[in-house]
Amino acid sequence: MMDSILVLMGAMLRIATPILFGAMGETLIERAGVLNLGIEGTMLLAAFNGFVAAQLTGSLWIGLLAGALTGGLLCLLMGGLSVTLGLNQHVSGLGITLLASGIALFAFRILYGGATTPPALADSFQPLNPFPDTILTPVFEQHWLTYAALVSVPLVTWLLNRTTFGLRLRAVGENPEAADTAGINVYRMRYQALILGGALMGIGGAFLSLAQLGAFAHGIINGRGWVAIAVVIFGNWQPSRVLAGALLFSGVQALQLRLQAAGVALPYELLLALPYVLVIAAIALVGRNISVPAALLKPYRREG
Amino acid sequence: MPPIIEMRGITKRFGALTANDGIDFSIEPGEIHALLGENGAGKSTLMKILYGLYQPDAGEIRINGQPVRLTSPAEAIVSGIGFVSQHFALVPKFTVAENVVLGHEGSRTLHPTAMSTTVMETAASLRLLIDVNAIVGRLSVGEQQRVEILKALYRDCKVLIMDEPTAVLAPGDIAALFDILRVLQGRGMSVIIITHKLDEVFAISQRVTVLRLGKVVGEVRTQDSTPAALAQMMVGRQTVTVARNTDHRRQDAVKLDVRDLRLTDKRGGLRLRGLSLEVRGGEIVGVAGVAGNGQSELVSVLTGMAAPDSGSVTVGGAPLPFRDPKAVSRLKVARIPEDRLKGVIGDLSVQDNLMLESVEDFTRMGHLDRARIRANAEALIRAFQIKAAPTDLARTLSGGNIQKIILARSLGHAPEVVIAAQPTRGLDIGATEYVHQKLLEQKERGAAILLISEDLEEILLLSDRILVIYEGRIAGTFAAQDAQIDQIGALMTGAHPHA
Ligand SMILES: Nc1ncnc2c1ncn2[C@@H]1O[C@H](COP(=O)(O)OP(=O)(O)OP(=O)(O)O)[C@@H](O)[C@H]1O
Ligand SMILES: [Mg+2]
Repeated sequence: MMDSILVLMGAMLRIATPILFGAMGETLIERAGVLNLGIEGTMLLAAFNGFVAAQLTGSLWIGLLAGALTGGLLCLLMGGLSVTLGLNQHVSGLGITLLASGIALFAFRILYGGATTPPALADSFQPLNPFPDTILTPVFEQHWLTYAALVSVPLVTWLLNRTTFGLRLRAVGENPEAADTAGINVYRMRYQALILGGALMGIGGAFLSLAQLGAFAHGIINGRGWVAIAVVIFGNWQPSRVLAGALLFSGVQALQLRLQAAGVALPYELLLALPYVLVIAAIALVGRNISVPAALLKPYRREG
Repeated sequence: MPPIIEMRGITKRFGALTANDGIDFSIEPGEIHALLGENGAGKSTLMKILYGLYQPDAGEIRINGQPVRLTSPAEAIVSGIGFVSQHFALVPKFTVAENVVLGHEGSRTLHPTAMSTTVMETAASLRLLIDVNAIVGRLSVGEQQRVEILKALYRDCKVLIMDEPTAVLAPGDIAALFDILRVLQGRGMSVIIITHKLDEVFAISQRVTVLRLGKVVGEVRTQDSTPAALAQMMVGRQTVTVARNTDHRRQDAVKLDVRDLRLTDKRGGLRLRGLSLEVRGGEIVGVAGVAGNGQSELVSVLTGMAAPDSGSVTVGGAPLPFRDPKAVSRLKVARIPEDRLKGVIGDLSVQDNLMLESVEDFTRMGHLDRARIRANAEALIRAFQIKAAPTDLARTLSGGNIQKIILARSLGHAPEVVIAAQPTRGLDIGATEYVHQKLLEQKERGAAILLISEDLEEILLLSDRILVIYEGRIAGTFAAQDAQIDQIGALMTGAHPHA
């Protein structure tokens, strides 16, 4: 019993990792007033570029860097559309997801042809095992990126609440007019949030191809970007609560996988849907007291 | 010594409209300078140019004799200019201290206690009373204004621009604000203050610049002028008549009957404690009181935005359903809300705003009848002298013209009852006069009018009966003929609540 709980916890942390990176990135961006629906495609293209860069150079680190850069660049594009041009954020974000997914799949075709088995890396990031041969192994045997994802939560909290950068970022997401009259460059702040957040999302995507799977496949992101957005809402835009949301989703996901493996007599579609249903239910329950960044979705324009 | 600020030949156009037309304007060190002008004269536009929010199409700005280009507020701040805009620019979720230091934090990391302390010290040195750790969204308007002032001073401004600071303040707060401005002046700072109230101009300023239709029509030393002369300069006409209510004899049936309203707010505070009043047809009942004594809550209930815990309201004998704005419209209750920005939808055109409350009248088989909407708008724009085209977006109008849209919409359709909350807040002399006339016309028509205002003069001018509201109930009633200002004032502050 204890064993299976620990195994479950380990799986939960592993599943939570990419979602957490994505959700922390999205939190930063949304707190600055931009809803980035480009996250799903951004994570996919970052997973792909990270994978290709690692394969070409033989360096996982360069792969990871390529993933982060891809994320930052795509979010820069998001900024161009939604911040500079002031276009509708829903449309810009979905456009970027479509664009990035298209590029990833197209480039995959060109590089790997119609390969049916996904290409794998010769060697990928290996899990650390700080407590070998103990009962704790299944929990702590994780990639360093998983630990990094967990550490990113207090870091983002600190950045938002304890730094000048964070204060300005929040001001821009709450009331850009006020920030502007206070002498803050609203556009620059939003771009900075986008690039930083985008890099985090990119790392989340690259985690999947460089560490967890060590390979790339079309369905590698499989909605994790959308889940990250849901989790941000669930967490009321507060990093620590976003973490709770990510763990909730991944915990149920891990349980669901386990039940499937154990051959529980439930249609597996039902089990697959379980984590999503649960997150939606949770949002509906906690959603009443949400405090959305007041300027979310609103492009900023000075009149005249 | 050169003027600290000199604006020369400033011109600003919005499309076909010239909001500022070759304006010359200068500020001496240590002076309080009033900027006067009708609604839409271009005062806010000129100040936004000085603060780097708008770019002028022509003209130059000199600071201490040096030509400068102010392309953003950041540059204006560096040049020593502070701006408290007509609509506050604060982050409601932040604390006072956070709002004050924003953009001027001084270090890369935040130190909340040190931050509070320095802000507190700045506030104390200026004798500004404010809790620096309070969340700004929970503060009263007067307190928020102090945060804005503090914000400007924290940035060490030499010239403070205040755009209609008194429009949102209760009389006591206005006196307090003027005290603060005098302290600042004592330290050699200059202040530019925009106001529509001539008595305020004479109370606080040394110099006045008057704008009309985007041009400077006069610049005088305050002591060399008179209210009448300034009023004439502003409106460009010889005399401004004062409409007043002189006929108090009419006694129609009761049209608005409010019985024993009680209301608890979200935080559990008792806002209305058994408030009753009645208004007859052809009668204007003025409700005087210091802001925050239940006026907003009373208005919310009467306009269908809130439900009381108990009590009843009838309009012409029919019970008024609570929290049903549509039913309120059907009973022909017109409302003039106190927050004019909430009364219009900024991103809709003037003509759409003008038909919002009676969309059904402008639809034909589920389709909007554009021709009728436009005709309605044109008629109301003419009748209410709104300076705008039907298709302009409401948010681009000057504050006074936004107020006129609301008036036109509510009074344009023969109401039975009019709930007027601070109807002339932020209006220029001409427009105020105009609103007063419109209210008196409604009285002539036989409408019942409840006038809620912090402006005692307005109440005395228009009311047939005066009620004083204090802590959620009516603390006293006066007939217009024998109203005594000092008695009303005493009741307003709760001196003898049971008189
Ligand atoms: N951003 C804008 N776009 C278009 N027109 C504008 C804009 N800002 C102001 N205007 C127009 O310019 C004119 C001057 O407006 P401004 O706000 O300067 O008037 P004001 O003197 O401050 O009036 P009030 O006393 O009513 O505040 C008005 O006719 C207004 O409709
Ligand atoms: Mg103005």
